[in-house]
Amino acid sequence: MATATSSEETLFNDDERKHKKLLEAISSMGGRKRKKQSERSEASVQVSEFFVNAEGTGEKVNISDLLGTVEKTSGASNKTKKQLRNLQNSKGTLALPLNKQQTEKIQRGIAYEKTTKENQKAEQIVFPLNQESSGPKQVEQVVAGWKAQTPLEQEIFRLLHSNSQPVNDPVLTPVEEASLKAMSLEEAKIRRAELQKTRALQSYYEAKAKREKNIKSKKYHKIQKKGKRKEFLKQFEEMVKTNPEGALEELKKMELSRMEERMSLKHQNSGKWAKSKAIMAKYDDSARKAMQEQLQMNKDLTQKIVVPSDDEHESNEEGLETVPDFVNDPEPIIDPVNPWMRGQLTHEEPEVSCVTTDEPQTAEQENEEEELIGEFERKRKLRQADEEDLIPTEEQKPESEVVEEDVVEVSDKEEEEDEEEEDVSEFNTLFRFMRSEKTLEEDEEGLLNEGQIRVRNIEDLEVLAEDVDPQPIAAPSLPQTAVGEATSEPPNKKKSEIDLKEVLTKDAKVVQVPFLPTVDHDEQISIIKEAFAGDDVISDFIKDKRKQEAAGKPKVVDLTLPGWGEWGGVGLKPSRWKRKRFRIKMASSPPRQDRKLPDTIISENRNTSIASHQVSQLPFPFQNTAQFESCIRTPIGQTWNTQGVVKKMTKPKVITKLGAIIEPMVKEDFINKTTTSAGKGPAIMLGENKRANKGREWSSAKHQGRRGSQKRKKQQT
Amino acid sequence: FRKMEQEMLKCLFLGFGLQKIRYPCSKKDPFPGEAPIPHKQLQKFQRGEKYKVPAGARRRLKEAIISSEAMSELAQKQAARYDLLLPEDAGFLEGDEDEDTNTISQDDIADAVDITSGSKYFNLHLSQFGPYRLDYGRTGRHLLVGGKKGHVACIDWQSKDLMCEMNVMETVNDVKWLHTEAMFAVAQKRWLYIYDSKGLELHCVKKFNDVLRMQFLPYHFLLATASATGFLQYLDVSVGKEIAAVCTKMGRLDVMSQNPHNAVIHLGHPNGTVSLWSPNQKEPLVKMLCHRGAVRSLTVDKTGTYMVTSGLDRKLKVYDIRAFKPLHSCFLPAGASCLSLSQGGLLSAATGDIVQVYQNVLGSSPVSKPYMAHRLRGQIWGLAYCPFEDVLGIGHGEGFTSMIVPGAGEPNFDALDTNPFRSSKQRQEWEVKALLEKVQPELIGLDPGQLSKVDQASFEQRHKEQVEALGFDPLAKDKFKPKTKKKGRSSAGAIEKRKRKVAHEDQRDEIRQTVQERTERDKEQKEKSNEKKKLGNKSTLDRFRK
Repeated sequence: MATATSSEETLFNDDERKHKKLLEAISSMGGRKRKKQSERSEASVQVSEFFVNAEGTGEKVNISDLLGTVEKTSGASNKTKKQLRNLQNSKGTLALPLNKQQTEKIQRGIAYEKTTKENQKAEQIVFPLNQESSGPKQVEQVVAGWKAQTPLEQEIFRLLHSNSQPVNDPVLTPVEEASLKAMSLEEAKIRRAELQKTRALQSYYEAKAKREKNIKSKKYHKIQKKGKRKEFLKQFEEMVKTNPEGALEELKKMELSRMEERMSLKHQNSGKWAKSKAIMAKYDDSARKAMQEQLQMNKDLTQKIVVPSDDEHESNEEGLETVPDFVNDPEPIIDPVNPWMRGQLTHEEPEVSCVTTDEPQTAEQENEEEELIGEFERKRKLRQADEEDLIPTEEQKPESEVVEEDVVEVSDKEEEEDEEEEDVSEFNTLFRFMRSEKTLEEDEEGLLNEGQIRVRNIEDLEVLAEDVDPQPIAAPSLPQTAVGEATSEPPNKKKSEIDLKEVLTKDAKVVQVPFLPTVDHDEQISIIKEAFAGDDVISDFIKDKRKQEAAGKPKVVDLTLPGWGEWGGVGLKPSRWKRKRFRIKMASSPPRQDRKLPDTIISENRNTSIASHQVSQLPFPFQNTAQFESCIRTPIGQTWNTQGVVKKMTKPKVITKLGAIIEPMVKEDFINKTTTSAGKGPAIMLGENKRANKGREWSSAKHQGRRGSQKRKKQQT
Repeated sequence: FRKMEQEMLKCLFLGFGLQKIRYPCSKKDPFPGEAPIPHKQLQKFQRGEKYKVPAGARRRLKEAIISSEAMSELAQKQAARYDLLLPEDAGFLEGDEDEDTNTISQDDIADAVDITSGSKYFNLHLSQFGPYRLDYGRTGRHLLVGGKKGHVACIDWQSKDLMCEMNVMETVNDVKWLHTEAMFAVAQKRWLYIYDSKGLELHCVKKFNDVLRMQFLPYHFLLATASATGFLQYLDVSVGKEIAAVCTKMGRLDVMSQNPHNAVIHLGHPNGTVSLWSPNQKEPLVKMLCHRGAVRSLTVDKTGTYMVTSGLDRKLKVYDIRAFKPLHSCFLPAGASCLSLSQGGLLSAATGDIVQVYQNVLGSSPVSKPYMAHRLRGQIWGLAYCPFEDVLGIGHGEGFTSMIVPGAGEPNFDALDTNPFRSSKQRQEWEVKALLEKVQPELIGLDPGQLSKVDQASFEQRHKEQVEALGFDPLAKDKFKPKTKKKGRSSAGAIEKRKRKVAHEDQRDEIRQTVQERTERDKEQKEKSNEKKKLGNKSTLDRFRK
């Protein structure tokens, strides 16, 4: 149990400590870091005249003076007391530290050794050591070594000082600094990318506008203008809701244009062109249309614009209400050649139209949705037209439809002449246009019962997509089958051919050949006979090999001298022991490469020509050939390596800048190197450790008079 | 992915919730480090074995080995990464069920493929001056045909643009492009001639007479010729010098091929042997007995691994020429007069007036039936695959036929080496670079990596000379010399004793090492067995023991 309690205690203590630490951390986070003035525990004779009485001034301080109280204090542990006593008793003195010159010498020596070793090991050294980066420099770097000298400059500086603007060290104002800090590299990159994008877009738009401006086609501009007008109308409606003042202004502008139009004779069909057209109008449909259009323009421009009142919302609703009964009446398809015949007639006799009676009802149901679907519908229409194009039998339809559409448009405009009480004419025309399209579509349905599928909504559209898809496939399928037939036939033919051949070539067992070569049998037989005439090629080869082997074997050197130590003469052989003694057998050559290959002779001759290109002496650090060969096994050429690897492999050991003076290394270089390698602080310190700098400056002011004075100036501000 | 999984598992084990891993939110890279490279790709670019730093290596040696290993690893990795840039893959002809691909006619193929590919099947009816030999340029765009009766023409065969056409009014034995399409060599009745692409005669090389066959070694700029007099000659086309003339003493040389891997020339002989030659040796590097009858044709694949030969004994044999061992042989009913291997490894064999193309010949299993076949009008005289195209050119008695062989060509070309689409400017640039990188003829040998090896023989020779000159061996270890000691301790016996202490030091080291290893192994085994025993002795109550 005792152990348990002790552990609990330690835990508790731990917790307390942690808590304290946390508190400290929190307190340190808030704003300035206030350095706690720690209690003065320094042992010195003259501490301060205000706090402690300087009793023994000039006397030598003994350890016992300092530690005398320790014995009496209860808090100190016995162990420390013991240690202190031992210290007191010991007489050994510390060695005097080396003088400055010597320490520096030692330090230099160490530094030299270290750096030289590092340089030896380094893959690449770049001289001169501290090169300035070639890129753009920071402003503070440029300004750092500069001093105000001329009276003008001094005056400017005074001004800056008086306005508490940064002068020298931190070139940036605190605000700028903060902003600089806030924008990290990534953010800057993102922002730059954005800017680039916007610039690019701008240029695109500019180019587009220029291109459009250069277009000479009147028709194009007409369409463009129409589109713009529509857009403007839409915007205007929105503006009425959101920005009534702007809308009013716009209205005023329109009013102005109306006035101008009323004053001028511009669109009155009274010009030269109009007169000529009027003559032509009798015969030419297009001329008539053009005239009509001009008149329409006049009408539109001179129309009185209703000022949007407070009950604008209601009127809008009314409009919506009125729209249905106006629109629901189906449009008949009348002779496209005579658009003047349209309009009122349709109002009077809806039954005449070839559309079935149930259409209006469905139209009524869809009325509310229509506005939303409008845009969608048109697109669908277009797509349908495309589909129709695919089917050759219905090619005529889309064309006629287009013509009809045009006619309808014109007729609508015609109607508007009559119905002047309609305020938002543009809207109506649009709507009517949509309606007419719809009716047309339905008409088509009637005509092409089997072919087309009417689409109402998105689901239907999907169905349509499914249904329509097979059609284009079906068309090419016909030629495909034809191709299939075409291709299927030849193989049959060939098969029959090959069957015949195969029968013929059955005697060839190893390889099946589709065709039999046309070679005379007699000729073949003769060739074979010729081939096997010299059947002893094998024995020839073996003989050759034996000869080679024999040539390669080391020969026995016979040094026996007949007649020495025994009888000599014709027919006498030297004795056995002598032969044994004086016949020297050379060391047997290494086994031949082809000893296990009976049908191969491999030459044992050494290729001497390559020797001049080979390395014959091991270079320095290598101890055996295997090491060296493994080191040069990877080629460094561009043929075998990627570009980057080649560059890396062939980079020079030392790079020097042309024309630059390479000065011997100084202490700063070394220190710089070590600090930068350790990743400590930037070379130039900005704002945050200003205070620390100041402290240091004061202390160093004594040594460096010039710099010190400069700093002092700053201090005064 | 595996890394990620591991991380997740680690997190689970450490008791972190899975919510802690929020990859999309935190800006940490979900796949840190480099993308892994498949092992197969890496292996493809491996050069030699890795060398480990020996145990007692000195600092400099250690550094040298480590840095070189790092470099070669980097090179290998980068090369494997760049393998991604070779996206093309060769296709093959595939027949329907129970339909042999060799029954598909060229017309059908030409109809089925796109127009450009279809136009690659064509015939040149040249019945007057046949039979024809042919050669494709290294880029595969230019075709050179030479009729036996003197007709020589070079064609940009893809655009069917005739570059030049002439009749040399002499028997033409062989034609060959030189390093570019600007020059070609023609082996005529007596001498060797060199023409430019306009048909202008540049040289008549009278040192080369009665040439029957030619081979051009592109990286050495050597034109190797085999003559009827049994001479194998090498002409350096960059300097116009004869490099070597070897008398083979094998009679008429009309079967010739080159090994693209090591630039060794293979010659086939009437006595059924195939001999391998380099310009540096007067005797064959290797001589192999391949056929019982005369060798009719031979070819070597582009990796220099396989050689295919055909002889009068109507056999087709595949050899592994690294080991000089036959892999398999098959019997062709009519023998093969011409052989050619494509870049894709397809073998075409001319049997009479039929060209057969075989697939997977270079594997270990013998072939049973051809992949494609095509019948021609006349006797076949020359066969050559077009580089980087699925086309086989056939020269025969009635002219020339270009045949479509799907899967024949190498789909990826090295544009710095052979670019089929290069402009004339690029060609000039390439020519200069190629000349600068020209490989010297002395380097031709069976092992192309010979240059990267230390010349052991001369090393030993030099060492011997050094020993002789100095009177001692500088590399030898100093013999142990016992110190002279006083007080009778330097007596002969004592010295001998001391000598014995250090005798056979190297051997002893070895023995010591092996003994140590053995003892360690034994120790480990013992420990293992002890552990097992302990586990075996444990009772159920042991878990309560602390």
